[in-house]
This record gives sequence, C-alpha cells and structure tokens, in this order.
Amino acid sequence: MTTTAQPKADKAAASEEFTRKPRSLWTDARRRFWASTVARIGLAITLFLVAVAVISPILISEKSANERDTRNKLLPPSWLMSAEQRAEASREVEWGPLTRPFGTDQIGRDLFRRVLLGAPISLTVGVVAVLLAVVFGSLMGLFAGFFGGVIDAVLMWLTNIMLAFPSILLAIALTAISNNPESFSYKLGDFISSLPVLRTLFDAPLANAMIAVAVVEIPIFARIARAAVLSVRNQEYITAANALGVPQRRLLFRHVLPNSLTPILVQMTLSMASAITSVAALGFLGLGAKPPKPEWGSMLSDARNYVVTGQWWYALFPGIAIMLTVLGFNLLGDGLRDALDPKVKA
Amino acid sequence: MVGETPRSTRSQSYLGRLYGALLVLGRVLAYILRRFIAIIPVLLGISLLVFLLLRTIPGDFAIVALGERSTPEQRAALRHQYKLDRPWFIDLEGGNIFDTQYVNFIANFVQGDFGESLKTKRAISTELLKERFPATLELSFFALLIAVGVGVTTGVLAATRRGSWLDAGSMLLALIGVSIPIFWLGLMMQYLFGVKLHWFDLSQRLSNEMLRSFEPITGVYTLDGILRGRLDVTWDAIKHLVMPSIALATVPMAVIARMTRSAMLEVLSQDFIRTARSKGLTESTTIVRHGLRNALIPVITVIGLQMGLLLGGAVLTESVFSWPGIGTWLLEGIKSRDYPVVQTGVMFVALVFVVINTLVDISYALFDPRIQHR
Repeated sequence: MTTTAQPKADKAAASEEFTRKPRSLWTDARRRFWASTVARIGLAITLFLVAVAVISPILISEKSANERDTRNKLLPPSWLMSAEQRAEASREVEWGPLTRPFGTDQIGRDLFRRVLLGAPISLTVGVVAVLLAVVFGSLMGLFAGFFGGVIDAVLMWLTNIMLAFPSILLAIALTAISNNPESFSYKLGDFISSLPVLRTLFDAPLANAMIAVAVVEIPIFARIARAAVLSVRNQEYITAANALGVPQRRLLFRHVLPNSLTPILVQMTLSMASAITSVAALGFLGLGAKPPKPEWGSMLSDARNYVVTGQWWYALFPGIAIMLTVLGFNLLGDGLRDALDPKVKA
Repeated sequence: MVGETPRSTRSQSYLGRLYGALLVLGRVLAYILRRFIAIIPVLLGISLLVFLLLRTIPGDFAIVALGERSTPEQRAALRHQYKLDRPWFIDLEGGNIFDTQYVNFIANFVQGDFGESLKTKRAISTELLKERFPATLELSFFALLIAVGVGVTTGVLAATRRGSWLDAGSMLLALIGVSIPIFWLGLMMQYLFGVKLHWFDLSQRLSNEMLRSFEPITGVYTLDGILRGRLDVTWDAIKHLVMPSIALATVPMAVIARMTRSAMLEVLSQDFIRTARSKGLTESTTIVRHGLRNALIPVITVIGLQMGLLLGGAVLTESVFSWPGIGTWLLEGIKSRDYPVVQTGVMFVALVFVVINTLVDISYALFDPRIQHR
C-alpha cells in the first residue's frame, strides 16, 4: 500500500520543485507595483485622500464650514495662538489649541473644515473630468486607429489643433464660452451639477470649468488610444479573428480595446493629477467654483489678497491640499506605469 | 566586402565632397520646409477654432464697444464697420463671395492689422509686440535659463552620486516640484521673500520711479537697461524677475532634473565611460565630456517640450505677480469681453507654441543623426 503511494508523492514533490506557479501579466504587474516604494507611497496618499473625501462630508456639514464668525476673522492656526488670545476668541465654546487648527478666513470661517470639505469636491471633479475625457478621447482614438483613412486624418487634425494651445489657455477660453447659458457646455454643466450625488458638490461654474478641463484632456487620450490600437491592429490574433468573420464592432470592443487598456489606465491616473490642478487653477483665476463653495482653487483666489497683509495660513493649507493630491496621483501613475509597462522608463 | 570600392576614393575629390555636402544641406532644408508646410493645416484649424470661439463667447460686441446706452443705429454702424454683418465663411448672395468675416479675420491677421482694444482704444499690434510679448518672452527666457541650469546640474550631480543623500533629497524635491501648483508656490514666495523678508517687490516688472524715468526700446527691460546704459534699470528688472521666473521654472526644472539623472545613469554604465576612466581622464572630464554630452539628446527633447509648457504656465505666473505679459492681457480681455484682444492674443500664443514645437522637432533631427530626415 505504501509502495504505491510513495512514487505518487515523489512525483508531486518533484513537479512542485520544477514548475513554478503560473504568473499572469497581472500578477507580475502586482508584484512590480508592490516592490516599488514610489507606487506604495502614491497609493497610500491617494487612499488617505479618498478616505478624507468620504468621511469629511459625513462629519462636517457644509453649513458649519460656511458659518461666519466675524469677531474671529483672520485668526492664525489656534495651536500658534497664546492662551490669552484663545481665551479672547472663545465665546460659546472654549477654544483649545485644536479648535481652529488651520486658522480662520476673512469672515471667520473655519479653514480646517473648509479644506477638508474641498477634498470630495476636487476628487470628484478629477474623476468626472477624466471619465469624460477618457470616454470621448479613447473612442476618437479607437475609431481613428481602427478605420484609418479619412476618419483618422480628420480626427488627428482635430487633436493636433487642440494640442497646439497651451492647455490652461484653452481651458480658460472654453470656460469663458460656457458662461453663456445658451451654449451646449453650459447645459451639460447644468445637467451634471443637477445629478443626485454631484448636486451637493458642484455648482454650475465649477461644472463648466470641469468640462473645459475634460475637453482639454481629450486629445491626449485620443493619441494614446490611437497609438495602442495601431500597435495591436496588425497582430496575428486580430487578423485571425477577422478571418473567422468576427464582426467589426465586436472586433473593436472585444479584441482591440482590452489590449490597448494599460497605457490608457496609466494616463488616467496622471490625468487625474493634471485635471485637479487645472480646475484649481481656473478657480484661482476666478473662472471656477463661486465663493461659498469650499473649492481649493477658489479658496486660494480669496486668500491671495491676504498674503500681502501677512495672513499666510489662509493660502498655505488649501495649497498643501492641492499639492498632496496631485503628488499622490503622480506617484501612483508613475508606479502603475513601471508596473504595467516595464519597457518604458520615465 | 572585397569588391566594394573603398569610401575614401569616392569622397577624395574636392567636387565630390562639395556635392555631398550640398546634398545633405539640400535634404535638411527640404526637411525643414516640409515640416513648416505640414503646420499650415494646423494653423488653419487654430484660426477656425479661435474664430468660432469668439463668436460663441456671450455678449454683443457692439454693446461692449459702445456701452449699454448706444442706439441700435450706432450698433449697426459699428457692426458694419467691423464687417460683423457679413456672413461667416462664404457669401453666396451677390458681392464678393470671399468678403466674409473669417476671410477678413485671416487677411487682417496675416497683414498684422489686429485692430484696436475695445477697452483701452490702443492699437493691439503696438501693445502686443512692444509690451506684452516682450514681457512674457523675458519671463519665460529667464525661467528656462533657471530650469535648464539648475535642472541639468542637479540631474548630473544626483546621477554621479547615486544613492547618496544628495541624490535622494534632490529627487524627492523634484517629485514635489512636479506636483506643486505654481500659482500657490508664487503666493507663498510672495509672502516669504516679499512680505516677510522684503528681499523683492511683490509684483510688476519695474519699480514705479524706474518706470517713469525710462524709455524702453525692445520692451525686454533687462536688455533695454544695458542698451540705454542704465544698469540701475537692468538691476531693478532682474530683482523683479527673480520670484516669477523661479516660480515658473519649478515644474520644468523638476522634469529636466529627473530626465537628466536617468539619462546620465544610463550613459555612465556604458563601456566607453570605463574606457575614459581607465585611460586616466579626470573625473570631471569623464562626466562632462563623455557622459553629459551623450546624455543630452533625451534631455534636449524634454527641454523642448517644456518650452511650450512655459507659455501656459506663464498665464498663471503672470496673474500671481501682476506681470504685464500676454497672459494677464488675455485674462483681462476675457473678463472685460475685449474681443479683438482675446482673438489676437489666443491666435498669437497658439502660433508661437506651434512654431516653437516645430523648431524643437527639427532640432532633434539635426542633433540626433539617428533620426532620418524623411
């Protein structure tokens, strides 16, 4: 009995020794991703921000973040204040060192609450803008690359024109147009800012700025998708599928698209960073969210007048918030690129 | 191999060599010409886009120009004067079929006739070419200088001291630098170096008393000060340039530093570096002459890409530092609905952007013999 079992066990042990566990593209990518410090830090920052964005609207009401306290306007962070100063500021509640950790603004609002409430706004703006850009851009690139010829020429002409403008300039020009209630983008912005969840986060000008930024990102995705499709199109499995009589639409969406996904995924992460900065920049220039909205860029736009008079904390914290967010997505994007596409080194 | 004519006999004769040189020159010129012809469709597209953008911006041109209290007749007369009553692209109903808004816009732009600003009533060509563009050019030039100087040096140092605290520290700074919103960095610099330390003025290009006593020539004040023999003006202009150009330089500097480091690391691991070291060259000669020179092509590519981005960043930087360049001009134009200014400004920036990018493209082809002039 044991004699028959023995060789079997040996065989199993031997095969375990000589064959390794099969590794797919994704397991390899995951291994490379976790091996990289940059990627891990990026992921940690991003997850932290997502957590803040989810939790802060639950704990902090927009009303409390907009509450005026004109007696205590432009106060520095409360942990920098002396006990006497804090005692003077106290009225209904006793002020401790952490009552106003980021200080107050020109009408006495709590900057800590406002900066935290800015997180869901900026992250949502980034996600929606990138989704819009990715859908329209990849479709454009997919069609251009797959069909070639006149469609390709016209679509690539369009993307070249859009890439011929410095992106922030184009976004500014587009935002200026969409202030027209007749325009299509204004109506789209109006529609987006009336959707269930987004209603609480966006106002119409912010939605417009976001659309402008999305439009500016479209050509980037169009180019990437086109390049990916061109490199996939002539592979043998596509020829084989074509020869088997797979219809064009199925070929495009079932075979070409999934194989072009990795560069698009990487670019999405990097575009999150640039979309968030651009929307904040528009807000800073006065073309984004309107005042009571705690959007980081428009907070900075208010804060710039107080930099000259020495209230540094007003501009410091929203700026750090933007920087941290952008840093997180940039690191994550770099890490993803190294993990998914080891050939390309940034 | 044996039957092949040795190369030397072919190019031995003087005429043959001249012919060869002319052939290469001709190919290069043809390549440059082709690249410039290739941007014509893009330029046409840009003009179309700008034209359509301007016609969808809310508000009536005539009301902005004449004010709310103007009569309909006055408005109609103004529209007629600016040919805004003409069709957009082609006129099929009698008259000249090309006497249309778009064709006139292109014709005027090509002739350098940009009209006048609705707000200041000044000729746009003067303001653009004598004041706004030189201001932006000066700012971008200094920013590029800082970005390339600091970026390349940092990159080389980080690569040669790989793994040291200098390498780790500078690359961490570079990572942060890429992610910093420059308008915020500008504000923080204003606070620290302007409000707190009083090292620099917060905004503008020159102090007021300088501005009053000085007649610019080119509009690039650092240069004008030297040309006019007013070194105090040049010094004042440089002091005003420091903060905005550093703010504008941050992102490109970080990108250039990272690129230089990775290009240098790749080159330094090559055999010819070991050869250079082993034949007794000094470390600095090895790194600069044999290392950096070979690492430069990807670095130049990145610098070229950054030049275009500088123009975009200039819009934000100028806004923070009230720098009277094209960026602030455009923003004011958009806010006050100064259509001719916006139209000209956007066209001009896009034109400069496209020309720079094309020149950069051509320059790689010249720098890198591996790229064929096809």
